[in-house]
Amino acid sequence: MSIIVAIAALGGLTLVLSIMLIIANKKLYVYEDPRIEIVEDMLPHANCGACGYPGCRPFAEALVHQKSLPGKCTVSTDEGRESIAKFLGVALGTEEKQVARLACAGGTNVALNRAQYIGIQSCQAATLVSGGGKGCFWGCLGHGDCEVVCDFDAIIMNEHGLPIVVNEKCTACGDCVEACPKDLFSLQPISHRLWVACKNLEHGNAVLEDCEVGCTACGKCDMDAPDDLITMINNLPVINYAENHNTQKPIQRCPTGAIVWLEDNGKVVKGKESRKIIRKGIKSMGNS
Amino acid sequence: MNTESLGTIFLNAVLVNNFVLAYFLGICPFLGVSGKIETASKMGSAVTFVMLISSMCAYGIHAFLVAIDAPYLQLISYIVVIASTVQLVEMFIKKMSPALFRSLGIFLPLITTNCAILGVALFQTNKGYGFLESVIYALGAGVGFTLALLLISGLREKLNFAEVPNVSKGTALTLFLAGILSLCFMGFAGLGA
Repeated sequence: MSIIVAIAALGGLTLVLSIMLIIANKKLYVYEDPRIEIVEDMLPHANCGACGYPGCRPFAEALVHQKSLPGKCTVSTDEGRESIAKFLGVALGTEEKQVARLACAGGTNVALNRAQYIGIQSCQAATLVSGGGKGCFWGCLGHGDCEVVCDFDAIIMNEHGLPIVVNEKCTACGDCVEACPKDLFSLQPISHRLWVACKNLEHGNAVLEDCEVGCTACGKCDMDAPDDLITMINNLPVINYAENHNTQKPIQRCPTGAIVWLEDNGKVVKGKESRKIIRKGIKSMGNS
Repeated sequence: MNTESLGTIFLNAVLVNNFVLAYFLGICPFLGVSGKIETASKMGSAVTFVMLISSMCAYGIHAFLVAIDAPYLQLISYIVVIASTVQLVEMFIKKMSPALFRSLGIFLPLITTNCAILGVALFQTNKGYGFLESVIYALGAGVGFTLALLLISGLREKLNFAEVPNVSKGTALTLFLAGILSLCFMGFAGLGA
């Protein structure tokens, strides 16, 4: 008798519960596209955000729903992007490679310090103490926040305390752009060869006192450049990349070499008339 | 029958006999999903919900089992009820918040075998609580669990930015914290019954 009672009690209980679960399963069913999982596995799992989505999973969802294209992922290899495009049957949608570029060339060998900063070795911290120790208020502080924040080892601080971007490794994720308290980094298509490596808003000797490679706002590049390619705004040349910018003319007469031509191999070409920098050591107040 | 007031029952479950820090029940989500305050609070509310439902069901089932004179089915019935409630919560979260579903991960189905939840059902039966008392007790246990989870996740978030000796990083550090928190909660011992 007790066996029947036990079986009936448990059977009834589980029957009620399973009916409840069946109804809930019908009501709360979520269809999940199985392709999302597969595409996510094909992505590099860097979660860098260069594609414009918060991570690889949301990007995979956008790809499956055809809101984005595989080419937007700058971290994947070419084969990786192609296999995703083939898998989903969509266009590859290649984008021109972008890289982070620094708008400053004031290493320790050319730029003066007006104060010695002692404290946490971080640009974010240094900039809180009246803008850091550098003579030029706009210049790179050289504590390497960008090097730390870069997930791809694409930024290396050189011997003069300037970050050098390795174009091959840079994925244009934009982390360094956010990390720099002086706003010196920006993402540029790699075909933009003409580059103003200065953000100093002063002009003339006021610039030269602080930095040998700063832009003095002489305006020679503006005069030499064809048409509307360069305009002087706030004592700095601004390049209009919508114009044909494939010319080395503007850099030739620059007296300080603030406007430069960037070669593919990372070489920086300065104009013929720009002042040569021979000093290897740290520039001090005495030897300017 | 029990003579405690509802307030005493509640405070007793939240602080004095906190399920995690005094009874050391339900340790696995306490260590597993306490990395971030946001996830921890959601986990806490999921567990509280399951506790409430299973406590109500346990009360009814207990009365029913006593009526048909089969109290030896207590444990298996409780487990079945808890498992199906967790299944329900899992479906609900998957529907409402896929991101939360992914961040809770394996710990969501693991609520099924969370000893804190079975503990609530068994304790309330042993103490002979009525329906209202059972619900308050389950609510208290859930709030206490959430409190413990929030406390440790807050500490762990802060410690992410601290310089911790390498040997104690990770699980060891979490266990240190759990021990210290438990030590603090021992201060409440003896306040209630």
